[in-house]
Amino acid sequence: MEKWQDNRAWFLVLPVFVVVAFSAIIPLMTVVNYSVQDIFGPGQRVFVGTEWFEEVLADRRLHEALWRQFLFSGLVLVIEIPLGVMIALAMPKRGWGASASLVLLALPLLIPWNVIGTIWIIFTRPDIGLMGQAINGLGIPFDHTSSPLDAWITVVLMEVWHWTPLVALLAYAGLRAIPEAFYQAARIDGASAWSIFLYVQLPKLRGVLTIAVLLRFMDSFLIYAEPFVLTGGGPGNATTFLSIYLVKVAVGQFDLGPAAAFSIIYFLIVLLFSWLFYQALQNVGTGDAR
Amino acid sequence: MMPRKRTVGLIIYFLLLLLPIYWMLNMSLRPNADIMEHFAFYPSNPTIANYIKIFTDETWYSGYVNSIIYVSMNTVISLAVALPAAYAFSRYRFLGDKHMFFWLLTNRMAPPAVFLLPFFQLYSTFGLIDTYLAVALAHTLFNVPLAVWILEGFMSGVPREIDETAYIDGYSFPRFFLTVFMPLIRSGIGVTAFFCFMFSWVELLLARTLTTTDAKPIAAIMTRTVSATGLDWGLLAAAGILTILPGALVIWFVRNYMAKGFALGRV
Repeated sequence: MEKWQDNRAWFLVLPVFVVVAFSAIIPLMTVVNYSVQDIFGPGQRVFVGTEWFEEVLADRRLHEALWRQFLFSGLVLVIEIPLGVMIALAMPKRGWGASASLVLLALPLLIPWNVIGTIWIIFTRPDIGLMGQAINGLGIPFDHTSSPLDAWITVVLMEVWHWTPLVALLAYAGLRAIPEAFYQAARIDGASAWSIFLYVQLPKLRGVLTIAVLLRFMDSFLIYAEPFVLTGGGPGNATTFLSIYLVKVAVGQFDLGPAAAFSIIYFLIVLLFSWLFYQALQNVGTGDAR
Repeated sequence: MMPRKRTVGLIIYFLLLLLPIYWMLNMSLRPNADIMEHFAFYPSNPTIANYIKIFTDETWYSGYVNSIIYVSMNTVISLAVALPAAYAFSRYRFLGDKHMFFWLLTNRMAPPAVFLLPFFQLYSTFGLIDTYLAVALAHTLFNVPLAVWILEGFMSGVPREIDETAYIDGYSFPRFFLTVFMPLIRSGIGVTAFFCFMFSWVELLLARTLTTTDAKPIAAIMTRTVSATGLDWGLLAAAGILTILPGALVIWFVRNYMAKGFALGRV
């Protein structure tokens, strides 16, 4: 089906543009402005060109934080997307079971992000935490404040616990939007559960899964409050993700110029990868079952 | 056998999901000294002292009221502007449509730390600091793009013949949109409203930066209390439990929209 060509559609988009542009454009320009200047105080600033960008790009600790970030976001996507779809498929379609599942799924999503970190401290502490006690009780030493591996396991587990429900909710809503007639047709053809998933459900889920992948990529790549509260970026620098390092540069060293340049580069990386994901998901499977 | 295995898996998943929350509930029903003293699977002498403190201390409960007000404002604004825009994106081709669509999402991609300062300056210029409107508007930055994207997906799932038939039958656009189209995508609207509510509810950095006292969100009050008196795990856990409730209420109301999906051919 071709879309209708009509530039008057802009009138429908205009309110969105006005509301979003109000908060988006001026702060972005201000940060760009910071990134090319050396600021000594009010009214005292010198144009320094690309100096901050060169400095930031040469920073070895930033490179380390960046690789850590890619590893983290990669793990998050590989675990959360399939798990979320599986949960959505397993959920009851109607009745009290459906209602209960939806409410339960939503619980982790509704907790403010700093509180998430706090919960996981309480939950994993070896002395007062259920998980800490349980694992140590099995004879496996577990302490995320001293072992980098344990810290990673805890942070990834927290992230999966926190955000898989988002993927599941989106996938569930997408599944419910598939007309019953599609399933009936597949049943008449004698399709197996697996081929129904592959040829009926998955193509129809592409839209919501695109949103899910993009959201999970962006938010996990920008993650700050939860690991900061839980591990503070440690032990050592083991869980110092890009945002945590950015705040160290911005607040710790009180350098607005380099921090702004860092932010711009950070933003461009997220932009590039989101664009790649978007393109890939737009084109995947466009040929079949539409 | 297949469905039963699925159900067992689902139940195990939900049990695991509830464990950390149960642990928070457990903590919230115990005094802080008791928590630090010994490990316990359940509170042996449950007390609601932590909850009473939150409900009687204005600095605490006003945080909940503030959060609920700006989050509701944000959800209404986001849905009101996103619904027509999502329709435009799903039905029409217009100048710059694809760029506009992706540009919207780029607003979720900036790391907040350095952007907080220009945000504060911008909202000061308009005299909006410490108002509900400031936080509600600032949160549209990430909620409106999300709302447009989710709604567009649901709208594109509705065959265009429905629009055409309605226009031939003499429906005006507003009447078609409100009486025919919106009921068709109600599951999408429900999900979107929930997501707007949720993302606005849990966001801390912007909300904290743009407020000082009158509109201070609950999550910020929680961090302040932590730094002032050392960690009172019990009180913090009780406040955490209470942050879940408003959103759980919202999802309870939209659950039918999410669960029903839509039946084609009713028009």
